[in-house]
Formats: sequence, structure tokens, C-alpha cells
Amino acid sequence: MRSRRYAPIAGLVFFVIALQLALSATGTAYYLTQITMSVYYSLVALGLCLLMGYAGQISLGHAGFFAIGGYTSAFLTTHPVATSGGGSAVRLLQQLGLLVERQDLYGNAIVNLSPWLALAIAMAVTTAAALLVGLPVVRLRGHYLAMATLGFGIIVYRVVLGTAGLGEADGFSDVPPFRLFGWLEVNGRKPFAAQNYYIAWTLVVIVMLLGANLVRSRVGRALRSIRESEEAADALGVNVARYKLTVFVLSAWLAALAGVFATHYRGGIGPSEATAFKSIRYVAIVAAGGMTNLWGALTMGVLLNFLSLRGVFGSYDDAVFGAILIAIMLFAPDGLVRLPRLFRRIRKKLDGSLAA
Amino acid sequence: MKCLQWFAIAALASVVGGAWAAEGAEPASGPIKVGCIFSVTGPASNLGAPEKKTAEMLVEKINAAGGVLGRKIQLIVKDSEGTPEKAISFAHQLIDEEGVLAIIGPSTSGESLAIKNICQENKTILLSCAAAEKITDPVAPYVFKVAPKDACAAQWIFQTMKELGIRRIGVLASNDGFGLAGKEQLEKYAPQDHIEIAGSEVYDKATTDLTGALNKIKGQNVQAVVNWSTVPAQALVAKNMKQLGFDVPLFQSHGFANIKYVQAGGAAANGTIFPAGRMLIADLLPEGHPQKRVLMEYKKEYEARYHEDTSTFGGHAYDALTILAEAIRKAGSAAPEKVRDAIENLQGVVGTAGVFNFSKTDHNGIGMAAFEMLTVKDGKFALYKRN
Amino acid sequence: MPTDQIVQYCFSGITVGSIYAIVAIGFNIIYNTTGVINFAQGEFVVLGAMTAITLAARMPLALAVGLAALITALIGALVELLFIRPAKQPTVLRLIIITIGVSILLRETALHVWDEKVHALPFFTGTEVSSVTLLGAHVSPQVLWVLGACALIVAGLSLFFKFTLPGRAMRACAANRTAAQLCGIKVRWMVTASFMLSAGVGALAGCVISPVTQTQYDMGAPLAIKGFTVAILGGLGNSVAAVAAGLLLGLLEAFSISLFPLAYQDVVAIVVLLAVLCFRPSGLFGRRDAHAFGEF
Repeated sequence: MRSRRYAPIAGLVFFVIALQLALSATGTAYYLTQITMSVYYSLVALGLCLLMGYAGQISLGHAGFFAIGGYTSAFLTTHPVATSGGGSAVRLLQQLGLLVERQDLYGNAIVNLSPWLALAIAMAVTTAAALLVGLPVVRLRGHYLAMATLGFGIIVYRVVLGTAGLGEADGFSDVPPFRLFGWLEVNGRKPFAAQNYYIAWTLVVIVMLLGANLVRSRVGRALRSIRESEEAADALGVNVARYKLTVFVLSAWLAALAGVFATHYRGGIGPSEATAFKSIRYVAIVAAGGMTNLWGALTMGVLLNFLSLRGVFGSYDDAVFGAILIAIMLFAPDGLVRLPRLFRRIRKKLDGSLAA
Repeated sequence: MKCLQWFAIAALASVVGGAWAAEGAEPASGPIKVGCIFSVTGPASNLGAPEKKTAEMLVEKINAAGGVLGRKIQLIVKDSEGTPEKAISFAHQLIDEEGVLAIIGPSTSGESLAIKNICQENKTILLSCAAAEKITDPVAPYVFKVAPKDACAAQWIFQTMKELGIRRIGVLASNDGFGLAGKEQLEKYAPQDHIEIAGSEVYDKATTDLTGALNKIKGQNVQAVVNWSTVPAQALVAKNMKQLGFDVPLFQSHGFANIKYVQAGGAAANGTIFPAGRMLIADLLPEGHPQKRVLMEYKKEYEARYHEDTSTFGGHAYDALTILAEAIRKAGSAAPEKVRDAIENLQGVVGTAGVFNFSKTDHNGIGMAAFEMLTVKDGKFALYKRN
Repeated sequence: MPTDQIVQYCFSGITVGSIYAIVAIGFNIIYNTTGVINFAQGEFVVLGAMTAITLAARMPLALAVGLAALITALIGALVELLFIRPAKQPTVLRLIIITIGVSILLRETALHVWDEKVHALPFFTGTEVSSVTLLGAHVSPQVLWVLGACALIVAGLSLFFKFTLPGRAMRACAANRTAAQLCGIKVRWMVTASFMLSAGVGALAGCVISPVTQTQYDMGAPLAIKGFTVAILGGLGNSVAAVAAGLLLGLLEAFSISLFPLAYQDVVAIVVLLAVLCFRPSGLFGRRDAHAFGEF
């Protein structure tokens, strides 16, 4: 029943548009910036939800993939590869759109990689890292898996913190905007606010579409069987290791994609995006949404990040996420976003009373 | 249906959003809104926590005296936890939602650089409490900083070393923005002062043991060690050096700016030589000194209110607010362009870090005169005198 | 490298290595009794040190340390009662997440009860500038206290688990929970006891290392990671191996400075962890089918 599958996504699109119009109408369009950032963070949560919920694998290092994507793109679009007006090869690449010329902080003309090329390279680097980490790691379970992924995240953090070319403690702060096509730009400045809001949500909608298809497909059923019991799935002929690795790489891609876009949107990135604590926050968000619930991950991702970015939690930011982790695991292991069940019950009651 | 779920969430979101709706555009009368972004918690909390306390204390004092141009200052403080993404988010929030005239802070260089363009483009004055050169170079019309230059601190250290005949040194720096910036300046100015950096190590800010690194430097036969970091490594270096029997002069950076760090180092801290703002020895200043009154007042009020010792970091917030208030008075209005022009023309503003003189090309306002060479004698700060 | 420099590195290595070993032993005690990896282990070390620092201002040092260990043990019991016991359907994943949450809460509590500043216990003997010369290396006398305390803890725990009734009861729970219950051992209380023991041991380690490394509210997490690395390196559940593994990691870290930039010192532990997890998850000394056999 196609329409039932896609109806929630249509609902999401409607809601997104309605929200933006409502905010402009009431003159509170400044919320768009923080919502956009939250949406990018929730993209990471969606990937993690696929990994944790559908492949049953915990990852305490997913902020590392966000950082790999963001830092690679930042580095390639700010580090001069050639001097302006350099040889014919450079000019050819510029014409092809692979290299762009810009001005650095001091007004000197430099030549960098174009953001599209940087994006492609960032995704390639992420794939390599995900395979490098994923191949040995998919064999592990439980605590071992948790610590291995935590270790990966820490290595990424140490590398970006300790490397001079990556800005060390200060990170990057002059990353140029990312021109997608024509007038569409990933850009943090005010005139582009509405545009970027939609760009971010478009990415999420695409992921939700893929997710909706995935979950109900053969692949999705295989994943669910793996989550329920790896041995049984294996006995049924499901190639457990390959599916786990695929989901791991997929979730890494989503995190890196979010990293690239968020970095261009904010104009920079810092080592704080790669800390173990950020990774744990993503886990908290997925757990709060219900580990197998993509919509839950999305809702909680946007809501919690929005509140955190607005400073609602004040100095207790970390404590709130810690408390969420404990509370959810103790009292609501299936997550908070169980409204569908609630509404179904309400509808049943209504149907019952109407029929009577 | 799942659509219902989304409507419910939309309703929730609009309630949540409505609760934070802005109050409308800034009126020409009524309180002057000033935003602050400090790292009150997190890795840079030793910078941000005193800055927040100082800002709140000073604003209360100004308002109690009638405010600026008859208008009270409304301070909105945000805790960025030392992360650039929060700093950016709060910058947008303060500028777009609250419509602040100026932003004081952030506490660290990374965050300041992250919001520099945002403030410049939105014509909001930024008075950063961080020290990176790039904040004011290239000069952006709306961006200023009130922290003294690392380059000046480095040069003071080298001057003192020259007087002592020290030629060969070892450098230790922490891997945060402060340490790395200082190391860069040390390496930049060493050659022209004919000083050789024989060994240099960057350690993790939160390290718990530096005996290995110090041992390595000891093996290079250096005549002095320079450590550029903030807590907790400052005290650790001093202690480890004594425990290793590494008996050469220890120079610290101007991050060694609170008596608590001396206490943490105990007996090992005696004899440390470092450049610092005059806040630390305010009571030793001669009566006629231009900064004496400001410093003594600040010390007295801060210590009485918060029951903790002052540090030069809190002083940055004091200076930023003082400069802002002075500029508003001189401009006679709280319009951003006028206030900005006024700041650029300010001369002789007495602050805790020094006496500020701004210009079109100098958005920092203080230079070598911001520092005095100090040392530690019997667990207390004292002026360093070469004997 | 001159010999005295080698000896110096060795001392740095075994000092820090013995602390890692104590944290790892803390992990093993709880793991052996319950199968849970307690990510909050590092926080017990910090809490013990901070409590001792507050108490030391009001009473003699030895009393302060003892009392701090006791208080931290009680906090450990509280953690188990409030957060671990109520977990229904405790899958491994859920317990991991719960202990991570507990670690965060304990850290934030430390931040708000004390503050973000650096503190340190006074040196047990001597002062900040005392130095003793051993085999050509100069170390603070506190280092000897660290080594002595760790040796005592390891010896004490061995005796506890071998010869005392509660110790043997805990080992029984680890070997076979049902059988232990059938023998009349109150398994639930053994679990609580293991948390208390683990917390107390961690607190003692925190106190003895505090004068040298100083104590700050957020030191727990990095310590826990290193401790876990050592526990896995030695073989999860095997505490004697944990000591050997701890010393090994400590020495590796200390000597790494001569090869790599100091800033990458922490990466050494992580690389070791990942290598062990990839190639030999049962650890250097563990059995291939490493399951909690309750070996102390």
C-alpha cells in the first residue's frame, strides 16, 4: 500500500513548509538557523538509528564520521592548491569547475578545490575509514564493539586536535559557502536562511524515503532478523557480516554528509565536533527516540539539539543527556516517541464508540 | 495515522517556540541590550567563569549608578561551553532575536574566529576576550579585542632572558588555542632575540604527568624552560621540574594569572618568572599609578561578592564592558555605527589589562605596556626585579 | 639513550601503569560478578580523590583517605541500587548505555558539588619539591606511595577473594549465578558488594595519585578508557593479568615520547585497544573462550 508508506513523509513535508511559513509570518524567522543546524545533527542520528536499531550495533564514535566529512571538506576548500593564475592545467581544472578561485582572509587570491569535488573526496575518505574500522569491528559485540567504536572516535579527535594543517585547537573558521546549482547555496548568511532550511530538510526527507523503502524491503527484513538473533539469521542464509558492514558504511555516509553540509553552512568546524561526548549525545538521541524508530530519531534529534543550541539546558547540558540516557534505558527502553501506538488506540476507541 | 503524530509535534514545537518569541525590535529608549558569550563550563571554564561573574557584577554597578545615558544595561549571558557551534548559535540568537548592540566575548580564540564574520556582517559590535592575532588582523570594522597580545608577552620573556644571559631554552606548550598561539609567538621572536629553542614539546592540555617531556628537554642542556599553558599543567610543570631535580629558571605565560595556581604549585612555584597584567600586584603599585584605582576597586568588589581571588581573565570582561559603556557615552547614542566609531576613537581608557588606545588600524588598544614582569616569592606575587 | 633517562621513563611508566591497573581491577571485580562493564569506574577514582581533599582540610590525612574510600564505596552501592538493579530486560546494550549515563551524571555532580578547578591532596610524605633518587632517576616520594599502595591493593584483593567468605561468594556468583543462588548466596547483594568494593578500591587509587597528577572533575573518562584498555589487554576478568597489562601500557606510553610527539601519547593506548580488539579480543593472557570464569 504505497500511499500508506509515503503518507507520513508527505506529512513531514507539509509540516516543514508550514513551519517555515508560520515563522516568517510571525516574524520569528531567526529560529530557522538553529533549526537547520539541528536538522543536520539529526541526519547523523538517523544514520545511527539504522545502525543501532536495524543492525543492532552500537557505535560510540559516530561523531568521528561527522568530523571526517566536515574537516576533509573544510581543508580542501580552504587550503590553497595552487597560486592564482598558475599553469594551464590549473586553468583547465578551473574551467571544468573542479577548482575555484577565491580570496583568503587577507585579500590574496588563492585557488582551492570546488566544494563539489571536496564533497566527493570527503565521502571517499569516509568510505575508506568506515571500511577500515568496520571490517574488523563487525565481528565484535557488546562491550568490545562499544569500546572499539569509542576508540575510533577518540583517534579522530586526537588527529584533528593535534594536526597543524587541520587548525589544531581552533579548527577552521573561514570555510566558503557551497554553491549547489545556480542560486542555491549552502550558506549561513541571513538572506540564505530559508533556502538552507529547505536544503537541510530535503536531505532528511530523502533519507526518510530511503528508510521507508529499506525497512519494508528484503534488506530491511534481513536487518531485522539480524537484530533479533544473529545466529538464527545466519542459519537462514543471511550474510550477517556483509549486511552489518553495509549498514555501518551507510550510517557513516550520512554522518559525513551532515558534516560536510553543516561545515559549509556554519563556515567552519572545530575539534569539539569529534569528541566522545558528541558521539554519546547521538546515542542518547537515538535511544530517546526508540532505537528502531527512524521517526523517533528524527524528532528527538531536532528537538533536543534545538533546545541545546538555544542554551535551554544552560550549564547542565551534559547532565541532561546523561539523565536522558539513564531514564530512557530504565523506564522507556523502547523510546519516547510512541505516539503512533497512542493514536491507534485513540482511533480504535473512536471507531468503537461510533460503531456503537 | 502518523500524520497525526506530526501535527502533535508541530503543535508542541510551536508552543515551545512561542515561549521564546522575541519581544520585538529594540526601542530607542529602554534598556540597552548587551549579549555575552562565555565558556562558563567546559575546557575553558577558568576563562569564562570569572568573566561571567565580572560582567554581571559590573553591569549591576553601572545600573545602580543610573546606567549609561540614563538607560539601564540588560546583560544576556550565554554559556558556550567552549564549543564554536554553540558560540555560532548564540551569536545568531543574540543578534537576530535579542537585537543586541554588542557581544562581549567569546572567551577562546577558536570561538571568536567562528563568529567574527557573523558579527561583522550583521553590524553588531564584537568585543572579544580572546587573544588570537587573527581576530583583529585583518581588521574588521565591528570587531575588537581586549586581551593583551601574546606577542608582547613573548617579547617580555625574551627581554628578561637576555638580561639574565639565557641563550638556550626549552619550550612546553599545551595543545589548546592558548598554548599553541603562545608557542607560535615564541618561535617567531626567538631568532631576533638570539635565543635558541633547543627542545619544544606540545602536550595534551589535561595531562597528568610531564616528567617524560621535561626529562627529554633536560637532556638538551637548556638554561631555562618556558611553559605556555593554563591550568592544570602550569602547576604540574613546576612540581615535576623540582621532582626531577631540573634546576633552571621556569618562565610561565600570562596564563599564570591567579594566586590559586601559585597555591597549586606550592613550594615549587617560588621563583617562577612571568609577564602579567598589573591586577595581580595591584596593592604593590605606587599610589599615582593610572590603573591603581580601577584595579583595587575591582579586586575589592569581586572578592567581597564571590569569595574567590581575582584573575586577569575576569578583567577582560571588565575592560570590554568599560570600553563599551565609555563609547556609548561618548557617542551620545546606542546606535551601532555611532558606538563603533566611538570605540575606534577612544583614547586613554583605563582598564584592568592596561590603558586602552584604539585607532582605525588598531582594534586591540594595548601593547607592551600591558605587562609587567612578575615573580613568585614565598607563595605571593611580587614584582620581578633583576638583582 | 642514557641509562638514567631510561630509568626515568621506566618510573613514569610504572607509576601511571599501576593506576591504570587499579582501574582495570575495578572493572574486573564488577565484570566478574555481574558481567557488566561499568563505564563509570573512572568517576569513582575522581570522587574518591575529591572527597578526600575536602575531608583533608578538617582531619588528619590518613583518616580523610579512609573515610573518602568508605563514602565512595557507599556511592558505588547507591549507583548499583538506583541504576543497575532496576533495569528490566538488561541487555548488554542497555547496560552499556546506562553506565555511560551514570558516568556523565557522576561527573556533572562532581562539577556542581565542587567546581571546575584543579585540586590536589597534600603529599603523603614530603612536599611538592621533594625528590628522591633511585637507580639514577629522580622521583617524588609520592611515586613510592603509589607503587606501594597498588601492590597492597592487589595483594589485599587476592587474599580477599581466596580466603574470605564474601570474596569466595563473589567468585561463586561469577562462575555460576544459579548454582550460587542454590547455595544460599544472596546474589543481588553480592552485586552491590562488588560495586562497593570496586568504588572503594578506585577511590584509594585516586587519593594516592592525587598529589602527583592533581585532580579535576573531568579526569574520570580518560582514566576509564585507559583502564578498560588494560583490562581487555590482560583479558577481561583476569586481574593479575591486568596488573601486568597496566605496567606494559604505562611503559609503552612513557617510552612513546622518545619516538612520537607528546601530543599523541594518548593515542598509544587507543591504538593498543583497537589492535587487541581486532586481533585478540580475549587479551594477551586470556583464554580464547574468555567468559567470566571468576578468576581473580
